[in-house]
Amino acid sequence: MATVEAHTPVAEREPRSGLWDWLTTIDHKKIGILYGAAALIFFVLGGFEALLIRWQLAQPEAAVLDPDLYNQLFTMHGVTMVFLVGMPIAVAFFNYIVPLQIGARDVAFPRLNAFSFWVFLFGGLFMYSSFFIGAAPDGGWFGYANLSSRQFSPGPNMDFYALGLQILGIGSIAGGVNFITTIVNLRAPGMKLMRMPLFTWMAFVTSFIIVTALPVLAVALFMLTFDRFWDTNFFNVAAGGDPILWQHLFWLFGHPEVYILILPAFGIASDVIPTFSRKPLFGYAIMVFSGALIGFISWGVWSHHMFTTGLGPIADSFFTISTMIIAIPTGVKIFNWLATMWGGKIQFTTSMLFAVAMVALFTIGGISGIMHSASPADLQQHDTYFVVAHFHYVLIGGLLMGVFSGLYYWFPKVSGRFMSETLGKWHFWAFVIGFNLTFFPMHWVGLLGMPRRVYTYAEELGLGDLNLFMSVSALLMAVGTLILAWNLLWSWKKGREAGPNPWGAATLEWATTSPPPEFNFAELPDIRSRNPLWDHPEDYDAAVYTEPAGGVHMPNPSFWPLITAAGASGTLMLFMADIWWLPLIGVAVTAIATVNWAFEPAG
Amino acid sequence: MAADAHAAHPPTATGLDTWKLGFWTFLGSETLFFGSFIATYMIYAGRNVEGPLPHEVLDIPLTTISTFVLLMSSLAMVLALNAVQRGSRKGSLIWLMVTALMGLLFLGFQAYEFTHFYHVGLTLSTNLFGSSFFILTGFHGAHVSIGVIWLLILWFQTHAGRIGPSDALKVEIAGLYWHFVDIVWIVIFTLIYLLQEPG
Repeated sequence: MATVEAHTPVAEREPRSGLWDWLTTIDHKKIGILYGAAALIFFVLGGFEALLIRWQLAQPEAAVLDPDLYNQLFTMHGVTMVFLVGMPIAVAFFNYIVPLQIGARDVAFPRLNAFSFWVFLFGGLFMYSSFFIGAAPDGGWFGYANLSSRQFSPGPNMDFYALGLQILGIGSIAGGVNFITTIVNLRAPGMKLMRMPLFTWMAFVTSFIIVTALPVLAVALFMLTFDRFWDTNFFNVAAGGDPILWQHLFWLFGHPEVYILILPAFGIASDVIPTFSRKPLFGYAIMVFSGALIGFISWGVWSHHMFTTGLGPIADSFFTISTMIIAIPTGVKIFNWLATMWGGKIQFTTSMLFAVAMVALFTIGGISGIMHSASPADLQQHDTYFVVAHFHYVLIGGLLMGVFSGLYYWFPKVSGRFMSETLGKWHFWAFVIGFNLTFFPMHWVGLLGMPRRVYTYAEELGLGDLNLFMSVSALLMAVGTLILAWNLLWSWKKGREAGPNPWGAATLEWATTSPPPEFNFAELPDIRSRNPLWDHPEDYDAAVYTEPAGGVHMPNPSFWPLITAAGASGTLMLFMADIWWLPLIGVAVTAIATVNWAFEPAG
Repeated sequence: MAADAHAAHPPTATGLDTWKLGFWTFLGSETLFFGSFIATYMIYAGRNVEGPLPHEVLDIPLTTISTFVLLMSSLAMVLALNAVQRGSRKGSLIWLMVTALMGLLFLGFQAYEFTHFYHVGLTLSTNLFGSSFFILTGFHGAHVSIGVIWLLILWFQTHAGRIGPSDALKVEIAGLYWHFVDIVWIVIFTLIYLLQEPG
């Protein structure tokens, strides 16, 4: 054991602020804020792309965007919303909330955590830099080979895709390793696995999916990169290569990815709904196990994205059945949320409204999902707007509603202030109404035969009016988003002050101050139940967050994660130049930074 | 560094060491990484439209020797860790260096093999075999290279007297990595060399 030394109490230290502090921070709370801020900015960019797409589609045979730009916009919209918004916003919550919920001082590897963030940011900026040379990725977020091979995508567009996603994957895998280790090893005394809040449980399951699914994407991207730069034959049909292999590898990653996106939102709803129903979560254990089951089965459903490729009746039947089976644990969750609310004293705060909206809207997306899990039906729906409607109900109706619910729920913990409930309700109604008016009609236009990913449609299809209606409705979502942005900025400075536990919630993050001190908890009593703040409120007093006289030892900030991230992402970026030795500069920077990182005293 | 950071933490919830647990998780991720390359190789085996084909170029006796070297390096790694744990500085230095040198020797065999294939007309872009063989064994070789550098850093640290029995964990984690890379090679050797497809 280290010798016990006196540390400068956190309260007496030089207040750390300013740019240098943010660049070198390894505090999970600050990294969480960085993730959240970056993801929200990317969310605005991705939303802007969506509005441009809707502008083009508002009229048949319109010429707002040329086909090439349209391809870039729908590709970057998808890539942005999945990799630069959905995943990082979930990780923002993991970062800020998970260590607090398990009673830890930080994550297991704080510097690796900073590294993950910087890699994510550099990867995102790299992908967006492609717009400046007018060559953003244009092959869809799934980047199907061999359409994405050099022969059919000669420009640098898909290089940005292959290398950019590779960079993002590094950060995700490092984050997954970090959170698995944190949740297994850094739980406070008495915080047994089956006492963890559902949000932490879903973060745990999600992290397992991340560390197993992302390497498969990495391999597919490496093969695509090698095909593009060094003429390998992985997807070269003339040499016997098989484009279907790309689809298998991509969806082996891609379908677990869907659950990476949705499980955190399930976790948020499972924490928010009990709080505002004033009842413990109904069926805690089955909620945990159904979440874990979804994680396992998520590995066995990928080919339902490929029913139209002709895999044969046995494969089609298998994946039809497995896809229908995964709906069972998902349905269990929905019924348990309803049962949690049943007979509760429900408070319809904005957070609760979004959680309830998530249950309702996700169910719609889930049901259309079951519709195309049946392979014969899917043949009709494949590549139409019906599918677009489905996954927007899952991702906006599910993921985003959960995220909004979490934002309003945990904002007081992060900032010490409430968000405005009045603005919140305006945000809620504008966004939810706008969302349904935009996306519900897509079911119809899809079944009527409108194909996705095509930059325009013929007037004779008779879909012009519905499309105009959807495009105008999309503006309502934009209005909702602007209200949210204003609410966040205004409430950060001027919101009503919130105490440690403003919602009267049951879990550990509410036992410490808002915002929490750098060390989170000074001293925690043994956790004795799943809802410690409800069952044993007497255990949690000011001693939980009052720094003891000797101070609390906290690790030093470090700039090596930033440099290592710059080196690692720089290595992949430099491949763009197609000069064989150039990436070696990035390798050298990474190596030097890694060694310095390894030998730096952790403090 | 690892030991200091470790000592500063309270005991873990499971009693498992945090660094070791994190590293095992990472190795789990690596399994999927190599698994996907191996699956690709197997799917493409026998589908080449032109040569050179595996049975025309693969040299089983030669690769058996390099495989033997790599497997023996795992034994040296175990002895290195044992020496560190016993506090034998001399033993640590010897066995860390032997492990690293055996890794280097394996890489030397691989460099020879790659050059030889190039001369008989097999490159990354020749056929499916070339693509899937070079990318799989190449990424494995890159992993071995990182392991060798890691071992040499540990050797210099030990030489400078900065690694003693209390830092055995650092060597143990390097060992986990080394054994993992070794095990992956066993799979690769079996699938590519011993069970080679005629196509």
